[in-house]
Amino acid sequence: MNNPTLTWNLVHDVHELLAYQFMVNALQAGTIVAVMAAVVGWYMVLRRQSFAGHTTATMAFPGAAGAALAGLPTALGYYLACGIAALAIGRSSTGGRGGAGGRGGRGGESAAIGVVQIAGLALGFLFLSLYSGVLEQLEALLFGTFLGIDRGQVLTLALVALAVLAALAVVGRPLLLASLDPEAASARGVPVRALDVGFLAILGLTVAATSQITGTLLVFALLVAPPAAAQALTPRPGLSLALSVVFALLVMWLGLGVSYFSIYPLGFFITSFGFALYVAAKLARRAADAFRHERRPSEPAPVAVVA
Amino acid sequence: MLAHEFIRNAYVAGTFVALASGLLGWFAVLRGQVFAGDALGHVAFVGAIAAAVVGVDERVGLFALTLGLAAVMAGLGRRAQANDVTIGVVFSWVLGIGVLLIAVLSTGSSGGDGLIVANTLFGSIFGLGAGQSLVAAAVGLGVVLAAMSIARPLLFASLDGELAALHGVPVRALGLVLLLLIGAVTAEGTQAVGALLVLGLIAAPAGAALRLTCRPYIGMALSGAIALVAMWGGIALSYALPSLPPSTAIIGLAVGAYALASVASKIVVWAPKRKSGHPAAVGEVRLP
Repeated sequence: MNNPTLTWNLVHDVHELLAYQFMVNALQAGTIVAVMAAVVGWYMVLRRQSFAGHTTATMAFPGAAGAALAGLPTALGYYLACGIAALAIGRSSTGGRGGAGGRGGRGGESAAIGVVQIAGLALGFLFLSLYSGVLEQLEALLFGTFLGIDRGQVLTLALVALAVLAALAVVGRPLLLASLDPEAASARGVPVRALDVGFLAILGLTVAATSQITGTLLVFALLVAPPAAAQALTPRPGLSLALSVVFALLVMWLGLGVSYFSIYPLGFFITSFGFALYVAAKLARRAADAFRHERRPSEPAPVAVVA
Repeated sequence: MLAHEFIRNAYVAGTFVALASGLLGWFAVLRGQVFAGDALGHVAFVGAIAAAVVGVDERVGLFALTLGLAAVMAGLGRRAQANDVTIGVVFSWVLGIGVLLIAVLSTGSSGGDGLIVANTLFGSIFGLGAGQSLVAAAVGLGVVLAAMSIARPLLFASLDGELAALHGVPVRALGLVLLLLIGAVTAEGTQAVGALLVLGLIAAPAGAALRLTCRPYIGMALSGAIALVAMWGGIALSYALPSLPPSTAIIGLAVGAYALASVASKIVVWAPKRKSGHPAAVGEVRLP
């Protein structure tokens, strides 16, 4: 690869960027992942399930190590491990948010998720030691890569995203109600418990797909920061969901563009842009609240929904 | 087995790290703060890499970053408890900086990038020298003593923050101290026994203890005891089966204890009600 140089002519820069097939692949994969992560992450932030999301993300390690041991493709290990972890969390958190507090309450749930995570990581170590080889691309696994994404991967990502978005399109509205007010939802006959588990499965799929681009440790840059920023800015569900997608695309495209012209890795730029976005949104929220005297400051409006 | 020096060192360091993790974990689980401890464990290695870039001892970086981040988390949240979104955003950014530092290291003259990452992420309890294990034991013991000295007000603040504040208990300061203590044991534990072990011993024994008893001081002692048994048993098990990594053995025992406790608590809940009125729900801790 000849060294890319950034000029002040943006059109020329974008043109140069798109001249390489690997960069086109990266942009397509990044776009797919950003849209999917923004939509699923929006629900995750609303449901306060970031810890569950992070735990499924770490399952990439046992997934990859297990796949190496069994001689399966890495991506398959990813998806399997994430799916199993999502189901384990769904089972062990015993209703979690939905079932009237759940057993052990909030604390019990956080312990259950932590236990699922360490059990997965400990298994990963066992697989790695049994495999007794070097797990290739450890850094790419942890921190992601956007080089060397081939057409097959883009196609797989597109199919996964299609399935995830279609599933969310079907359950989106009852899931929103179940997330905001589980008791009212179950009074109306919404299957809150099934939605809990179903959403965790969707989250697991999304995390597995996202972590192939951003790495397992950095999925939150797309999964948490854009939705949290969007929800800080507006209480209207439809609008903040759209904003979340826009933010995630912005973070992804800017990150890819900048890291192409820089010697430093994509992960740093994506997380930094996500963090800056979140801080800016929080500050904007605070400024708007201070400006409007009717609303009490320091208390951001919760996401409200008119069902 | 004890004739080997590395096993003796592992027992010396492991005993106190396990006690500290089990005790702090009881509070972390009670307060729903396992994610905060988890985040501290994941960012710890960034501190080690930063120290390598600057050229100081990695322990300086580990402690500076975990303690600093613990303070930030405590400062951002209400009742000194950051919510999960804040934790997620902050910790992914710190990891992003870690990625940058790895790149800086590997493009710089020093080299050896992957090795540092691997060592700090996967520090092994069997690789400790005599001096290191004594330092780890001292830090663990100090954390245990500090936690025990604030146990009573911290318990009050955790169970009913508003009532505690009315009684003049410094609720925010106690939340900060708890996170700082978790940060300290994470920083020491990460480079001594591996970040995974610390997180495991924070979450699993405490989760098991809280399912078995709702009496606070017995719960704390039980949590520490389960962590200790998992540590001692895991080291012995891993020594007996060389292909079993010590972290996996120790975590395996701790997770097993958690699973057993979950099953046991379900059986107790299904059993016919005791005559002595309304039993406390599992996991519901009451003020002594």
